[in-house]
Amino acid sequence: MRIKNNVAVSASGLIFNPDTGESFTVNPMGAMIINELKEGKSQEEIIATTIEKYFVEKNTFEKDFEDFLGLLHNFSLVEND
Amino acid sequence: MTEKRKLTIAVTGLNAIDSPGPGVAVIRGLKEAQSFDCRIIGLGYESLEPGIFMHDLVDKSYLIPYPSSGTDAILERIEFIHNNEKIDVLIPNFDAELYPFIRLEKTLADMGIHTFLPTLAQFEERHKVNLDEFGKKYGIKVPKSKSYHDLHSALKLSHDFEYPVLVKGKFYEAYVAYNDEQVKTYFNKITAKWGTPVIIQEFVHGSEFNVTGLGDGKGNTIAAIPMRKQYITDKGKAWGGVSISDYRMLELTGQFLSQTKWRGGFELELMKDKQNEFYLLEINPRMPAWIYLAVGAGQNIPETLVRLALGEEVKPFTEYKVGKMFVRYAWDMIVDIEEFQQISTTGEL
Repeated sequence: MRIKNNVAVSASGLIFNPDTGESFTVNPMGAMIINELKEGKSQEEIIATTIEKYFVEKNTFEKDFEDFLGLLHNFSLVEND
Repeated sequence: MTEKRKLTIAVTGLNAIDSPGPGVAVIRGLKEAQSFDCRIIGLGYESLEPGIFMHDLVDKSYLIPYPSSGTDAILERIEFIHNNEKIDVLIPNFDAELYPFIRLEKTLADMGIHTFLPTLAQFEERHKVNLDEFGKKYGIKVPKSKSYHDLHSALKLSHDFEYPVLVKGKFYEAYVAYNDEQVKTYFNKITAKWGTPVIIQEFVHGSEFNVTGLGDGKGNTIAAIPMRKQYITDKGKAWGGVSISDYRMLELTGQFLSQTKWRGGFELELMKDKQNEFYLLEINPRMPAWIYLAVGAGQNIPETLVRLALGEEVKPFTEYKVGKMFVRYAWDMIVDIEEFQQISTTGEL
Protein backbone atom coordinates (compact mmCIF):
# COMPACT_ATOMS: atom_id res chain seq x y z
CA MET A 1 0.00 0.00 0.00
CA ARG A 2 1.32 3.44 -0.83
CA ILE A 3 0.05 7.01 -0.78
CA LYS A 4 -1.11 8.13 -4.23
CA ASN A 5 1.57 10.10 -6.01
CA ASN A 6 -0.49 13.23 -6.47
CA VAL A 7 -1.65 13.47 -2.83
CA ALA A 8 0.05 16.47 -1.24
CA VAL A 9 1.13 16.36 2.41
CA SER A 10 2.39 19.57 4.02
CA ALA A 11 4.93 19.71 6.84
CA SER A 12 2.16 20.89 9.17
CA GLY A 13 0.03 17.81 8.45
CA LEU A 14 -2.48 19.07 5.87
CA ILE A 15 -3.33 16.43 3.29
CA PHE A 16 -4.89 17.52 -0.02
CA ASN A 17 -6.32 15.01 -2.47
CA PRO A 18 -6.32 16.78 -5.86
CA ASP A 19 -8.63 14.16 -7.41
CA THR A 20 -11.49 14.82 -5.02
CA GLY A 21 -10.64 18.25 -3.60
CA GLU A 22 -10.89 16.85 -0.07
CA SER A 23 -8.47 18.03 2.58
CA PHE A 24 -7.66 16.51 5.97
CA THR A 25 -5.45 17.37 8.89
CA VAL A 26 -3.37 14.84 10.81
CA ASN A 27 -1.25 15.17 13.93
CA PRO A 28 2.57 14.96 13.70
CA MET A 29 2.51 11.16 14.11
CA GLY A 30 0.01 10.84 11.26
CA ALA A 31 2.09 13.16 9.07
CA MET A 32 5.20 11.11 9.78
CA ILE A 33 3.44 7.85 8.86
CA ILE A 34 2.05 9.34 5.66
CA ASN A 35 5.41 10.75 4.62
CA GLU A 36 7.05 7.36 5.25
CA LEU A 37 4.36 5.64 3.17
CA LYS A 38 5.05 8.20 0.45
CA GLU A 39 8.74 7.38 0.61
CA GLY A 40 7.82 3.76 -0.06
CA LYS A 41 8.74 2.37 3.35
CA SER A 42 7.20 -0.96 4.28
CA GLN A 43 4.58 -1.24 7.02
CA GLU A 44 7.07 -3.15 9.20
CA GLU A 45 9.62 -0.37 8.85
CA ILE A 46 7.02 2.27 9.73
CA ILE A 47 5.90 0.32 12.80
CA ALA A 48 9.49 -0.04 13.94
CA THR A 49 10.30 3.68 13.49
CA THR A 50 7.10 4.86 15.17
CA ILE A 51 7.27 2.71 18.29
CA GLU A 52 10.86 3.78 18.73
CA LYS A 53 10.15 7.47 18.29
CA TYR A 54 6.89 7.66 20.28
CA PHE A 55 7.55 4.98 22.92
CA VAL A 56 4.28 3.17 22.22
CA GLU A 57 3.54 -0.45 22.93
CA LYS A 58 3.87 -2.54 19.75
CA ASN A 59 0.51 -4.39 19.90
CA THR A 60 -1.43 -1.23 20.63
CA PHE A 61 0.29 0.65 17.82
CA GLU A 62 -0.19 -2.14 15.28
CA LYS A 63 -3.94 -2.03 15.93
CA ASP A 64 -4.10 1.77 15.63
CA PHE A 65 -1.88 1.65 12.53
CA GLU A 66 -4.28 -0.77 10.86
CA ASP A 67 -7.21 1.53 11.67
CA PHE A 68 -5.29 4.49 10.28
CA LEU A 69 -4.50 2.64 7.04
CA GLY A 70 -8.19 1.75 6.79
CA LEU A 71 -9.06 5.44 7.04
CA LEU A 72 -6.54 6.35 4.34
CA HIS A 73 -8.08 3.68 2.17
CA ASN A 74 -11.64 4.90 2.82
CA PHE A 75 -10.66 8.41 1.81
CA SER A 76 -9.02 7.11 -1.39
CA LEU A 77 -5.63 8.45 -0.42
CA VAL A 78 -3.77 5.18 -0.98
CA GLU A 79 -3.39 2.62 -3.71
CA ASN A 80 -2.13 -0.90 -3.56
CA ASP A 81 1.38 -1.71 -4.83
CA MET B 1 6.17 47.37 -26.49
CA THR B 2 3.12 47.18 -28.74
CA GLU B 3 -0.08 48.59 -27.39
CA LYS B 4 -2.92 46.12 -26.89
CA ARG B 5 -6.06 46.63 -28.95
CA LYS B 6 -8.97 48.15 -27.09
CA LEU B 7 -12.36 46.46 -27.09
CA THR B 8 -15.69 47.62 -25.77
CA ILE B 9 -17.43 44.71 -24.07
CA ALA B 10 -20.97 44.76 -22.69
CA VAL B 11 -21.63 42.40 -19.79
CA THR B 12 -24.82 41.51 -17.90
CA GLY B 13 -25.20 39.72 -14.55
CA LEU B 14 -23.95 42.55 -12.34
CA ASN B 15 -25.96 41.36 -9.33
CA ALA B 16 -23.04 40.38 -7.13
CA ILE B 17 -25.38 39.44 -4.27
CA ASP B 18 -25.70 36.35 -2.05
CA SER B 19 -26.80 34.30 -5.05
CA PRO B 20 -24.56 36.13 -7.45
CA GLY B 21 -24.75 36.67 -11.18
CA PRO B 22 -21.48 35.93 -12.99
CA GLY B 23 -21.00 39.43 -14.47
CA VAL B 24 -18.49 40.87 -12.00
CA ALA B 25 -16.35 37.71 -12.07
CA VAL B 26 -16.46 37.70 -15.89
CA ILE B 27 -15.35 41.35 -15.93
CA ARG B 28 -12.42 40.58 -13.61
CA GLY B 29 -11.26 37.99 -16.14
CA LEU B 30 -11.68 40.44 -19.02
CA LYS B 31 -9.69 43.11 -17.20
CA GLU B 32 -6.80 40.63 -16.85
CA ALA B 33 -6.84 39.65 -20.53
CA GLN B 34 -3.42 39.43 -22.15
CA SER B 35 -4.66 39.92 -25.71
CA PHE B 36 -6.69 43.12 -25.31
CA ASP B 37 -7.59 46.02 -23.08
CA CYS B 38 -11.25 46.61 -22.56
CA ARG B 39 -13.81 49.19 -21.71
CA ILE B 40 -16.67 47.53 -19.85
CA ILE B 41 -20.29 48.49 -20.37
CA GLY B 42 -22.39 47.05 -17.56
CA LEU B 43 -25.95 46.09 -18.45
CA GLY B 44 -28.21 45.86 -15.40
CA TYR B 45 -31.86 45.16 -14.74
CA GLU B 46 -32.15 46.81 -11.34
CA SER B 47 -30.58 50.03 -10.09
CA LEU B 48 -29.12 48.35 -7.01
CA GLU B 49 -27.08 45.70 -8.82
CA PRO B 50 -23.70 46.11 -7.11
CA GLY B 51 -21.63 45.89 -10.32
CA ILE B 52 -23.16 49.17 -11.51
CA PHE B 53 -21.31 50.96 -8.71
CA MET B 54 -17.95 49.20 -9.14
CA HIS B 55 -16.28 51.94 -11.13
CA ASP B 56 -12.87 50.27 -11.12
CA LEU B 57 -14.41 47.37 -13.08
CA VAL B 58 -17.36 48.85 -14.94
CA ASP B 59 -16.75 51.98 -17.02
CA LYS B 60 -20.35 52.81 -17.82
CA SER B 61 -23.65 51.16 -16.90
CA TYR B 62 -27.07 51.09 -18.48
CA LEU B 63 -30.33 49.59 -17.31
CA ILE B 64 -31.94 47.30 -19.87
CA PRO B 65 -35.47 45.84 -20.02
CA TYR B 66 -36.14 42.41 -18.52
CA PRO B 67 -36.10 39.44 -20.93
CA SER B 68 -39.87 39.13 -20.43
CA SER B 69 -40.28 42.51 -22.17
CA GLY B 70 -39.58 40.77 -25.48
CA THR B 71 -36.80 40.95 -28.03
CA ASP B 72 -38.01 44.22 -29.61
CA ALA B 73 -37.70 46.14 -26.37
CA ILE B 74 -34.28 44.62 -25.68
CA LEU B 75 -33.05 45.33 -29.19
CA GLU B 76 -34.22 48.91 -29.07
CA ARG B 77 -32.30 49.49 -25.84
CA ILE B 78 -29.16 47.72 -27.12
CA GLU B 79 -29.29 49.82 -30.30
CA PHE B 80 -29.40 52.97 -28.20
CA ILE B 81 -26.47 51.82 -26.06
CA HIS B 82 -24.52 50.69 -29.12
CA ASN B 83 -24.95 54.12 -30.73
CA ASN B 84 -23.33 55.65 -27.66
CA GLU B 85 -20.69 53.06 -26.92
CA LYS B 86 -19.86 51.05 -30.10
CA ILE B 87 -20.00 47.62 -28.47
CA ASP B 88 -17.60 45.02 -29.94
CA VAL B 89 -18.72 42.02 -27.88
CA LEU B 90 -21.76 41.36 -25.72
CA ILE B 91 -21.70 38.67 -23.01
CA PRO B 92 -25.11 37.77 -21.54
CA ASN B 93 -24.70 35.96 -18.23
CA PHE B 94 -28.21 34.89 -17.22
CA ASP B 95 -30.03 31.77 -18.34
CA ALA B 96 -33.27 33.72 -18.69
CA GLU B 97 -31.82 36.30 -21.09
CA LEU B 98 -30.06 33.81 -23.34
CA TYR B 99 -33.21 33.00 -25.27
CA PRO B 100 -33.76 36.59 -26.52
CA PHE B 101 -30.05 37.13 -27.13
CA ILE B 102 -29.76 33.90 -29.14
CA ARG B 103 -32.71 35.05 -31.22
CA LEU B 104 -31.06 38.45 -31.71
CA GLU B 105 -27.65 36.99 -32.53
CA LYS B 106 -27.73 37.73 -36.26
CA THR B 107 -29.26 41.19 -35.86
CA LEU B 108 -26.59 42.06 -33.32
CA ALA B 109 -23.87 40.70 -35.62
CA ASP B 110 -25.16 42.91 -38.44
CA MET B 111 -24.81 45.86 -36.10
CA GLY B 112 -21.20 44.84 -35.37
CA ILE B 113 -21.91 43.36 -31.93
CA HIS B 114 -20.30 39.93 -31.59
CA THR B 115 -21.59 37.20 -29.29
CA PHE B 116 -20.57 33.60 -28.69
CA LEU B 117 -23.69 31.74 -27.66
CA PRO B 118 -25.06 28.20 -27.90
CA THR B 119 -27.55 27.56 -30.66
CA LEU B 120 -31.23 27.60 -29.79
CA ALA B 121 -31.32 23.79 -30.23
CA GLN B 122 -28.39 23.33 -27.83
CA PHE B 123 -29.94 25.76 -25.38
CA GLU B 124 -33.28 23.92 -25.41
CA GLU B 125 -31.85 20.41 -25.38
CA ARG B 126 -29.79 20.89 -22.21
CA HIS B 127 -32.68 22.59 -20.41
CA LYS B 128 -33.31 20.94 -17.05
CA VAL B 129 -36.83 20.18 -18.22
CA ASN B 130 -35.23 17.91 -20.86
CA LEU B 131 -32.39 16.51 -18.74
CA ASP B 132 -33.79 12.97 -18.69
CA GLU B 133 -33.84 12.85 -22.50
CA PHE B 134 -30.45 14.51 -22.69
CA GLY B 135 -28.90 11.84 -20.46
CA LYS B 136 -30.39 9.03 -22.53
CA LYS B 137 -29.32 10.57 -25.84
CA TYR B 138 -25.70 11.19 -24.87
CA GLY B 139 -25.17 8.27 -22.48
CA ILE B 140 -24.59 10.53 -19.50
CA LYS B 141 -25.84 9.50 -16.08
CA VAL B 142 -28.53 11.89 -14.83
CA PRO B 143 -30.87 11.63 -11.84
CA LYS B 144 -34.42 10.71 -12.74
CA SER B 145 -36.50 13.84 -13.24
CA LYS B 146 -39.92 14.82 -14.46
CA SER B 147 -41.58 18.16 -15.26
CA TYR B 148 -44.97 19.14 -13.87
CA HIS B 149 -47.27 21.93 -14.96
CA ASP B 150 -49.75 21.65 -12.10
CA LEU B 151 -49.57 20.87 -8.42
CA HIS B 152 -52.15 18.10 -8.60
CA SER B 153 -49.95 15.99 -10.89
CA ALA B 154 -46.83 16.86 -8.93
CA LEU B 155 -48.43 15.53 -5.75
CA LYS B 156 -48.79 12.16 -7.42
CA LEU B 157 -45.01 12.01 -7.70
CA SER B 158 -44.83 9.30 -5.04
CA HIS B 159 -45.74 6.88 -7.85
CA ASP B 160 -42.45 7.72 -9.55
CA PHE B 161 -40.12 8.95 -6.82
CA GLU B 162 -39.03 8.23 -3.27
CA TYR B 163 -38.60 11.06 -0.78
CA PRO B 164 -36.60 13.21 -0.47
CA VAL B 165 -36.86 14.85 -3.88
CA LEU B 166 -35.57 18.09 -5.34
CA VAL B 167 -38.17 20.63 -6.43
CA LYS B 168 -36.62 22.91 -9.04
CA GLY B 169 -37.63 26.04 -10.95
CA LYS B 170 -37.16 26.04 -14.71
CA PHE B 171 -34.48 28.74 -14.48
CA TYR B 172 -33.41 29.08 -10.86
CA GLU B 173 -34.00 27.77 -7.34
CA ALA B 174 -34.12 24.27 -5.98
CA TYR B 175 -35.42 22.93 -2.69
CA VAL B 176 -35.21 19.52 -1.02
CA ALA B 177 -38.68 18.25 -0.10
CA TYR B 178 -39.22 15.38 2.34
CA ASN B 179 -43.00 15.05 2.06
CA ASP B 180 -46.08 16.08 0.08
CA GLU B 181 -46.60 19.18 2.20
CA GLN B 182 -43.13 20.48 1.37
CA VAL B 183 -43.59 19.69 -2.33
CA LYS B 184 -46.77 21.78 -2.23
CA THR B 185 -45.04 24.74 -0.53
CA TYR B 186 -42.03 24.73 -2.86
CA PHE B 187 -44.13 24.14 -5.96
CA ASN B 188 -46.20 27.25 -5.19
CA LYS B 189 -43.16 29.29 -4.22
CA ILE B 190 -41.37 28.42 -7.47
CA THR B 191 -44.34 28.86 -9.81
CA ALA B 192 -45.09 32.29 -8.30
CA LYS B 193 -41.60 33.39 -9.30
CA TRP B 194 -40.61 31.40 -12.36
CA GLY B 195 -43.83 29.92 -13.71
CA THR B 196 -44.15 26.33 -14.81
CA PRO B 197 -42.98 23.69 -15.39
CA VAL B 198 -41.55 22.75 -12.05
CA ILE B 199 -39.07 19.89 -12.14
CA ILE B 200 -39.13 17.09 -9.59
CA GLN B 201 -35.78 15.34 -9.46
CA GLU B 202 -34.47 12.28 -7.65
CA PHE B 203 -32.26 13.41 -4.79
CA VAL B 204 -28.75 12.01 -5.14
CA HIS B 205 -26.85 11.98 -1.85
CA GLY B 206 -23.20 12.87 -2.22
CA SER B 207 -20.68 15.65 -2.75
CA GLU B 208 -21.16 18.52 -5.16
CA PHE B 209 -18.73 19.16 -7.97
CA ASN B 210 -18.77 21.53 -10.93
CA VAL B 211 -16.92 22.00 -14.17
CA THR B 212 -16.78 25.27 -16.02
CA GLY B 213 -15.48 25.38 -19.54
CA LEU B 214 -15.73 26.64 -23.06
CA GLY B 215 -16.76 24.82 -26.23
CA ASP B 216 -15.89 26.13 -29.69
CA GLY B 217 -19.08 24.89 -31.35
CA LYS B 218 -17.17 22.26 -33.32
CA GLY B 219 -16.96 19.68 -30.55
CA ASN B 220 -13.62 20.79 -29.09
CA THR B 221 -12.91 21.50 -25.45
CA ILE B 222 -11.22 24.89 -25.41
CA ALA B 223 -11.13 25.15 -21.62
CA ALA B 224 -12.29 23.07 -18.64
CA ILE B 225 -11.73 23.52 -14.91
CA PRO B 226 -13.22 21.00 -12.44
CA MET B 227 -14.01 22.32 -8.98
CA ARG B 228 -15.19 20.86 -5.70
CA LYS B 229 -17.51 23.01 -3.65
CA GLN B 230 -16.01 23.45 -0.18
CA TYR B 231 -18.46 25.87 1.39
CA ILE B 232 -22.09 25.94 0.32
CA THR B 233 -24.58 28.66 1.31
CA ASP B 234 -28.15 28.01 2.37
CA LYS B 235 -29.10 28.82 -1.24
CA GLY B 236 -26.85 26.03 -2.43
CA LYS B 237 -24.27 28.39 -3.91
CA ALA B 238 -20.56 27.75 -3.63
CA TRP B 239 -18.96 30.28 -1.29
CA GLY B 240 -15.63 28.50 -1.49
CA GLY B 241 -14.19 25.89 -3.84
CA VAL B 242 -10.98 24.32 -5.04
CA SER B 243 -9.74 23.31 -8.49
CA ILE B 244 -9.18 19.57 -8.70
CA SER B 245 -7.75 17.04 -11.14
CA ASP B 246 -10.45 14.36 -11.43
CA TYR B 247 -9.90 12.96 -14.92
CA ARG B 248 -13.43 11.50 -15.02
CA MET B 249 -14.91 14.98 -14.76
CA LEU B 250 -12.72 16.12 -17.65
CA GLU B 251 -13.71 13.06 -19.67
CA LEU B 252 -17.38 13.74 -19.01
CA THR B 253 -16.86 17.35 -20.11
CA GLY B 254 -15.12 16.20 -23.29
CA GLN B 255 -17.99 13.79 -23.96
CA PHE B 256 -20.56 16.55 -23.44
CA LEU B 257 -18.73 18.95 -25.77
CA SER B 258 -17.84 16.51 -28.53
CA GLN B 259 -21.37 15.10 -28.68
CA THR B 260 -23.37 18.31 -28.40
CA LYS B 261 -20.83 20.57 -30.20
CA TRP B 262 -21.60 23.10 -27.51
CA ARG B 263 -20.81 26.69 -28.42
CA GLY B 264 -19.92 29.06 -25.59
CA GLY B 265 -19.28 29.04 -21.89
CA PHE B 266 -21.02 26.54 -19.63
CA GLU B 267 -21.12 24.99 -16.20
CA LEU B 268 -21.81 21.34 -15.46
CA GLU B 269 -23.28 20.65 -12.02
CA LEU B 270 -22.38 17.18 -10.83
CA MET B 271 -23.04 15.04 -7.78
CA LYS B 272 -20.72 12.21 -6.79
CA ASP B 273 -22.57 9.50 -4.89
CA LYS B 274 -21.21 7.06 -2.32
CA GLN B 275 -20.26 4.63 -5.08
CA ASN B 276 -18.07 7.36 -6.60
CA GLU B 277 -20.39 7.66 -9.61
CA PHE B 278 -20.96 11.10 -11.11
CA TYR B 279 -24.48 12.24 -11.91
CA LEU B 280 -25.06 15.27 -14.12
CA LEU B 281 -27.60 17.42 -12.29
CA GLU B 282 -27.73 20.44 -14.53
CA ILE B 283 -26.03 22.18 -17.47
CA ASN B 284 -25.92 25.92 -17.08
CA PRO B 285 -25.59 27.52 -20.52
CA ARG B 286 -23.23 30.30 -19.48
CA MET B 287 -20.20 30.97 -17.32
CA PRO B 288 -20.81 30.52 -13.57
CA ALA B 289 -20.37 33.10 -10.80
CA TRP B 290 -17.14 31.32 -9.76
CA ILE B 291 -15.58 31.77 -13.24
CA TYR B 292 -12.74 33.83 -11.76
CA LEU B 293 -11.36 30.62 -10.25
CA ALA B 294 -10.74 29.43 -13.82
CA VAL B 295 -8.77 32.63 -14.45
CA GLY B 296 -6.81 32.08 -11.24
CA ALA B 297 -6.12 28.47 -12.21
CA GLY B 298 -4.63 29.54 -15.54
CA GLN B 299 -7.51 29.43 -18.02
CA ASN B 300 -8.93 32.87 -18.75
CA ILE B 301 -12.27 31.68 -20.10
CA PRO B 302 -13.90 35.15 -20.42
CA GLU B 303 -10.94 36.41 -22.51
CA THR B 304 -10.99 33.31 -24.71
CA LEU B 305 -14.75 33.55 -25.20
CA VAL B 306 -14.31 37.13 -26.45
CA ARG B 307 -11.64 35.99 -28.91
CA LEU B 308 -13.93 33.23 -30.20
CA ALA B 309 -16.76 35.76 -30.52
CA LEU B 310 -14.49 37.88 -32.69
CA GLY B 311 -13.89 34.87 -34.94
CA GLU B 312 -10.27 34.30 -33.90
CA GLU B 313 -8.61 30.90 -33.83
CA VAL B 314 -7.75 29.94 -30.28
CA LYS B 315 -5.65 27.07 -29.00
CA PRO B 316 -7.31 24.84 -26.40
CA PHE B 317 -5.90 25.15 -22.90
CA THR B 318 -4.07 21.96 -21.97
CA GLU B 319 -3.25 22.59 -18.33
CA TYR B 320 -4.36 24.39 -15.20
CA LYS B 321 -3.30 24.70 -11.58
CA VAL B 322 -4.81 22.14 -9.23
CA GLY B 323 -5.41 23.23 -5.63
CA LYS B 324 -6.31 26.85 -6.41
CA MET B 325 -9.14 27.95 -4.15
CA PHE B 326 -11.69 30.71 -4.25
CA VAL B 327 -13.21 32.11 -1.10
CA ARG B 328 -16.04 34.51 -1.77
CA TYR B 329 -16.71 37.55 0.43
CA ALA B 330 -19.33 40.22 0.90
CA TRP B 331 -18.22 43.84 0.72
CA ASP B 332 -20.13 46.99 1.54
CA MET B 333 -19.52 49.79 -0.95
CA ILE B 334 -20.28 53.36 0.03
CA VAL B 335 -22.26 55.00 -2.74
CA ASP B 336 -23.50 58.58 -3.03
CA ILE B 337 -27.26 58.87 -3.35
CA GLU B 338 -26.68 60.96 -6.51
CA GLU B 339 -25.33 57.90 -8.30
CA PHE B 340 -28.34 55.82 -7.29
CA GLN B 341 -30.59 58.68 -8.35
CA GLN B 342 -28.87 58.93 -11.74
CA ILE B 343 -29.10 55.22 -12.58
CA SER B 344 -32.68 55.05 -11.30
CA THR B 345 -33.98 58.04 -13.19
CA THR B 346 -31.91 58.11 -16.39
CA GLY B 347 -31.02 54.41 -16.62
CA GLU B 348 -27.35 55.28 -17.07
CA LEU B 349 -24.34 55.77 -14.82
